[in-house]
Amino acid sequence: MFEIILNISLVITSIALLLALVRAILGPTTSDRILALDTLGMMLVAIIGMVMLLHETVVYADIALVVAIIGFVGTITMAKFIEKGDIIDDN
Amino acid sequence: MTITEIVTSVFVVTGSILVLLSSIGILRLRDVYSRMHAAGKSSTLGVMSIMTGAVLFFLMDQGNFNFKLLLTIIFIFITAPLAGLAINRSAYRTHVPMCQESTLDELGDAMDVEREKKRLKEFGKSYDYD
Repeated sequence: MFEIILNISLVITSIALLLALVRAILGPTTSDRILALDTLGMMLVAIIGMVMLLHETVVYADIALVVAIIGFVGTITMAKFIEKGDIIDDN
Repeated sequence: MTITEIVTSVFVVTGSILVLLSSIGILRLRDVYSRMHAAGKSSTLGVMSIMTGAVLFFLMDQGNFNFKLLLTIIFIFITAPLAGLAINRSAYRTHVPMCQESTLDELGDAMDVEREKKRLKEFGKSYDYD
């Protein structure tokens, strides 16, 4: 019963990930694509958490943390790049 | 089902439904600012709910408290509003248009002094913030 509930939740989250991917492909502006990819990274963290519950192991905790960090850094980098054309401030 | 599995199931199902709602909001809303409204709140709460379920499951089922999972929750709780702020700020400063039905742009009035003076002149007032 618990595995069935986890599998249904995985399917729901995968549908959500597909919808965000549609926005990342369609998105009229670059900001829409950055936004959709940021949300997609956070959904990947959720999927890793559910796979951890499904396999009953904690060894994937590092992967969830690293995916969250890389998603955040990538979002900030792309946002600063389209704003200034430059990532690291000189002054 | 044991009580551990029931509690974890409630958290996981709530989180996945919140994530789905945020994704529908990203697909359906009309400009990048309102899409950020959908993505910034509901998605964060959904991911935090799922990871809280994982922390509770490993705490009650196996008896070990995993701090890395809790660190993931804290990290997402801190960084998701920052990412939303950075995306919306860069979108506004690169002149991404709002949707047609938008009527109010208070930040643009505050940033564009000449437009604010013209707007106040239509109402017969003067701009006295110099």
